[in-house]
Amino acid sequence: MPMLFDPFEQLRDFQRALDEFRSSAWLGSGVSAGGAYPPINIFRKGDDIVAIVEVPGVRKSDLDIRVERNTLRIAGSKSVEYGDKAAMHRRERSAGRFDRAVTLPINIEADKIKAECRDGILALYLPRAERDKPRAITVS
Amino acid sequence: MARSKAPQPQETMTQSRALQPQEKKELVSKEETTVPVRYFVPTTDIFETEDALTLVMEVPGVGKDAIDITTENDVLKIEAKIDPAKYDGMEPLYTEYNVGHFARSFTLSNKIDQQQISAKLEDGVLTLTLKKVQEAIPRKIAVG
Repeated sequence: MPMLFDPFEQLRDFQRALDEFRSSAWLGSGVSAGGAYPPINIFRKGDDIVAIVEVPGVRKSDLDIRVERNTLRIAGSKSVEYGDKAAMHRRERSAGRFDRAVTLPINIEADKIKAECRDGILALYLPRAERDKPRAITVS
Repeated sequence: MARSKAPQPQETMTQSRALQPQEKKELVSKEETTVPVRYFVPTTDIFETEDALTLVMEVPGVGKDAIDITTENDVLKIEAKIDPAKYDGMEPLYTEYNVGHFARSFTLSNKIDQQQISAKLEDGVLTLTLKKVQEAIPRKIAVG
């Protein structure tokens, strides 16, 4: 039976799913050290974890990303400068330093991590450590 | 949670203060959209220089081709769309921010030359330069 294709349905359902996970305790308490910026969304894609971070206006060179065991640390600075000839009419953007660590409840294969920063979005592909992957047990 | 709109004096905006995340403000407009997709208000700085008014808007995740800037009846309307296909196959595990399109409109004063609006997108920040009309640019008069 042909379904009426709603091009916005995917985005709408996705936004609803994101909202539902706001109260998720997946990362547990006491896991984020040193502040809450930049905001991170963590997804699962197959076996691997993908962390998407919004860092508009942060240059790649101002980002410092480190992974130690299963702790991901994102640090850096965001600068907002308009020169002294500028008379501000509205100021909503914030600037400053940030340093944030999140501990993931799975082990990551550190050598296979890929990081991409484009259009103000930092995407981190964190593949699950081989030894951590669940193995199916065959019953003989 | 309403964020305080009190303007910060320039001198205390030091780079050493720890950044706090800004919760995305959802767009509340008089007209409803016909499809219930959420739009958010992009964080915007506006400043004026001698010859132009500049808008700097944060639109992370938006590509150059997904930005729509129009002027109609002295209203400047900016719409920036994200690509939901990028999130295909991704299951949310932990989320701190929502994701959606951005939209914001501004009424332009007659100081702005609407034919001379330029835009630039870099690192998820859209900079719109609105040049002022010739008469609005201050001219120094030399004393002979």
